[in-house]
Amino acid sequence: MARIGALIVWIALLFLGGDGATAARPVVADLSNHLVAITTGFSGTHVLVFGATDDRKGDIVMVVRGPRETHVVREKVRLAGIWVNREAAIFPAIPAFYAVAATGPLNTVVPSEIRKRHGIGIESLPLAATDSAHKSLREDDARKFRAALIDLKQQAGLYPEALGVVTTLENRLFRAELDLPATVPVGSYTVEVYFVQDGAVVGAEITPLFVSKTGFSADVYDFAMYNAAKYALATILFAVFAGWAVALVFRR
Amino acid sequence: MIQVYLPIAELSVDATVIVGLGALVGFTSGLFGVGGGFLLTPLLIFLGISPSVAVGSGTNQIIASSVSGVVAHFRRGNVDMRMGFVLLVGGILGSGLGVLLFNLLKSLGQIDLTIRLAYVVFLSSVGGLMLVESLGSLIRKVPASSAPRGPENFAWAARLPWLMRFPKSGLYISAVLPLGMGMVVGILVAIMGVGGGFIMVPAMIYLLGMPTQVVIGTSLFQIIFVTIATTFMQATLNHNVDAVLTLLLIAGGIIGAQWGARAGAKIGGRNLRILLALLVLAVCSGLISELVTTPKDPYSVVIER
Repeated sequence: MARIGALIVWIALLFLGGDGATAARPVVADLSNHLVAITTGFSGTHVLVFGATDDRKGDIVMVVRGPRETHVVREKVRLAGIWVNREAAIFPAIPAFYAVAATGPLNTVVPSEIRKRHGIGIESLPLAATDSAHKSLREDDARKFRAALIDLKQQAGLYPEALGVVTTLENRLFRAELDLPATVPVGSYTVEVYFVQDGAVVGAEITPLFVSKTGFSADVYDFAMYNAAKYALATILFAVFAGWAVALVFRR
Repeated sequence: MIQVYLPIAELSVDATVIVGLGALVGFTSGLFGVGGGFLLTPLLIFLGISPSVAVGSGTNQIIASSVSGVVAHFRRGNVDMRMGFVLLVGGILGSGLGVLLFNLLKSLGQIDLTIRLAYVVFLSSVGGLMLVESLGSLIRKVPASSAPRGPENFAWAARLPWLMRFPKSGLYISAVLPLGMGMVVGILVAIMGVGGGFIMVPAMIYLLGMPTQVVIGTSLFQIIFVTIATTFMQATLNHNVDAVLTLLLIAGGIIGAQWGARAGAKIGGRNLRILLALLVLAVCSGLISELVTTPKDPYSVVIER
């Protein structure tokens, strides 16, 4: 409800506030929520992306990129009867989450050179890998690990396979639902909205989105990661006192 | 069903299952008089907790069980502090090496495999030896011997430098031997998340020739300090100690240990050892089957920070 309310207020402002803003910018966009808080019971959420374009005919393409992280993909092989991690591929600074939505099929809406330039669509996403010695991989290995990475990320729901839907109203308003799964990585995201006309990008807007953990678990995690020495001492002291208390209570 | 999210393991588990597991391991340690770390780590792995977090949190839990165990031995004066100190110096050096090795293997993506393989080797040899020994004594109808064979002094050990007097144990031996023993066991503490008592105790009796009555107390005494040092290094270097997991395990262990000690008095010593051997071998075969079955997906992905 809050989300729809925000949309109505926003649309009202758009029409009442005059055309000044939209006349200067071919596309404007915003999110129903800029901060996604992951609590203990978090099971995924939706964020509404909405906005308006000037009255020219065109298509809207939305690209959501998660925080850039180094991903290591490993391949298990059978060695003397047991399964062992053998080869590894390192993908430095690739988005931990990646989703695309558009008003139509990507290959008809956006020409391939524009998709390449802006990294629109999983095929156009630059996913360059190196081996563990930071040397570039052989071409067939690179293809193999790239396919494995995309497959694993799709299974985890972090690189959604299906193209999201952007719906438009009267060639001016658009909206799209962004589905974030329960396992959504924490960090800062960017939501890019492209306004495409006759195969050319005529306007773009980038909006930030933050995903962060909150609550007890997040506090424990942060304490363990960023105050490791104090965390270690606390867990040790707790164990020593618990053991000592037990010995006193159950004195044999 | 009480779902609890483990912040470091990054996994939601049923708290009653973890407390139950702690109780089971506490029960076996009360029953058999062993630490139980060598059962806890593989059982946590079976629950889906990563081997790395299972090892780090298991080490933390062992601090609590050894502290509560050592108190009774201190009261009876069954701790050789001097020997314990030499062992723990070796142990801390060894566990430092072990934690660094752990970190290296983690970055190579081989830590999970190493932990599993280490367990398979140790559980199969310990379980196999125990089963053969206890079944043998069952067939021969000879009461299972628990008496030590007495000090066995090796010719090479007598030539080692740094002779030290250990009045409590009545020994005059080179400090190099207990230092080296402590170091080897310390590496196992870091890699396997065990206290190492199941190796330390026989080594103290047969290798050092310590009198049996001080062995358990001294072993527990050094385990406390080695596991404290290991927990500190694991938590700061490998970030694999889950405080929520440890808390649940300690709570379960308290209940289980009291209950196990009482049950142990009712079942005979030899039957107990056959039971323990079978339990160890069952856990071991579970680990082996995980290693040899074809994985659903040969590829895996991790995020490195």
